[in-house]
Amino acid sequence: MNYEMPTALKQRAIDPTLFDWPDKSPALKASRCRQCGAAAFPVNASCMACGGDDVSIERLPERGTLWTWTIQRFMPKSPFSSSETAETFKPFGIGYVEFPGAMRIEARLTQNDPAKLAIGAQVALTFYAHRVDPDGTEVINYAFAPV
Amino acid sequence: MKVAIVGIGIHPFGRTPELSGMQQGAYAARLALQDAGVRWQDMQFGYGGSYEGGNADAIGNELGLTGLPFTNILNACATGGSSLLAACKEIKSGEAEIGLVVGFDKHARGAFNADPSEYGLDAWYGEAGFMLTTQFFAMKLQRYMHDHGISSDSLARVAEKAYQNGVLNPNAWRRSPIDIETIKNSTMVNDPLTKYMFCAPSEGGVALVVCREDIAHRYTSHPVIVSAAAMRTRKFGAFEVYGPSVAGQNIPNASQLASRAAFEAAGLGPGDIDFAQLQDTEAGAEVMHMAENGFCEDGEQEHMLLRGETRLSGRLPINTDGGCLANGEPIGASGLRQIYESVLQLRGAAGSRQVAGDPSVAYTHVYGAPGISAVTILQN
Repeated sequence: MNYEMPTALKQRAIDPTLFDWPDKSPALKASRCRQCGAAAFPVNASCMACGGDDVSIERLPERGTLWTWTIQRFMPKSPFSSSETAETFKPFGIGYVEFPGAMRIEARLTQNDPAKLAIGAQVALTFYAHRVDPDGTEVINYAFAPV
Repeated sequence: MKVAIVGIGIHPFGRTPELSGMQQGAYAARLALQDAGVRWQDMQFGYGGSYEGGNADAIGNELGLTGLPFTNILNACATGGSSLLAACKEIKSGEAEIGLVVGFDKHARGAFNADPSEYGLDAWYGEAGFMLTTQFFAMKLQRYMHDHGISSDSLARVAEKAYQNGVLNPNAWRRSPIDIETIKNSTMVNDPLTKYMFCAPSEGGVALVVCREDIAHRYTSHPVIVSAAAMRTRKFGAFEVYGPSVAGQNIPNASQLASRAAFEAAGLGPGDIDFAQLQDTEAGAEVMHMAENGFCEDGEQEHMLLRGETRLSGRLPINTDGGCLANGEPIGASGLRQIYESVLQLRGAAGSRQVAGDPSVAYTHVYGAPGISAVTILQN
């Protein structure tokens, strides 16, 4: 007998401050200082530019351009936490995505083939199951995919 | 009032299973004291640091517990530079005349795995696989190469030079030459950087005896003057290590800020420098740091490296002791290693790797997470 729920029914965001999950149209959240206008991702209670403590939360665009990238080819030590082992680890792409207005954010990339990654390429927000916790909950992280 | 370095000591870098990091620091301290012809009991203060080797003041367990005021400094890759800076201020304030600066470390194999919470970041950043300095340098370099026309060959030339200089340095960890093709074709670690383009965490210890310039002649016939010691942290909007977002364009980074402050304090410019030690945790870092520290325009490195201008025999020798690439990086000791090497070169005592032409002005630079840099300018 196995009474476990299907894993897809048990999901959570890797961190609830990054994006809402589940959500009809999930988007990344950033904070913007009401005093000086500086933006930060992820949401920060204070402004990292001027130190003000009055920030608003806004949604980041779904599309941006790849500003730079690399491939993480060795499995990082802890605190990296996926469901992979040294045997099953798959190299992953990582980069900075630039949005109109000059803000760049660090992100996992769905593509890990260097031949398919190029600075300036259009990329779009997506989500993936980063790991499965011992209780069966899928931990969802954000990523960007070439479009 | 100026501060002089009158004694230097080093424990060879690499792997020394029989000694703790702290013992390697004490070993270096004994040599520095001996070099200056002073006793540990003569030290009026101590500053020192170690990232993973324990509190630096515990070298008193090896050298004797004398009751001196010893302050432990922990400031990431700028630990050594910050210790020297604090020592200089102590002497300039008139509180003390002579003291010891020490740094040591002993790291496990493999890349550093920092804890996000120590950097004000939440756990997800580490869990997702972002908490790696190697990624930052690879991504910064990838963009730099794209913008400024730097080739993979240039990266390999930097690494080849480092290992070549390491061959000539009896205290270096990597003492075998590695040719450019081998470096280029070794395992890709973080594109565009291959295995031999990266340094590795290692072990070692370095110590300096510093004093007021006007009494330096008591301890050495060849004092080296600290003309500038500057340390800076990151500004909002700059592209630095462990940054989930970068909000600015072309904001000067910590290295650029520290470099400008040091040149201003010394009243010198990049053209006055005879040789330099620049943070080279990977080969691309040295390339980018050449421009960030003012030694060339962005992109000029390609021709400078092709012409061998940064080799020992070149116009501006860089990382004359093999740098981090040949010595590895024991965080607490790494910045002081640059100063040890600079003093040796300024004394004309660097043996087979001596920079020709009686060099008289040296420059050192470290950079590390999460955007911190220390620069010193040393003169005969």
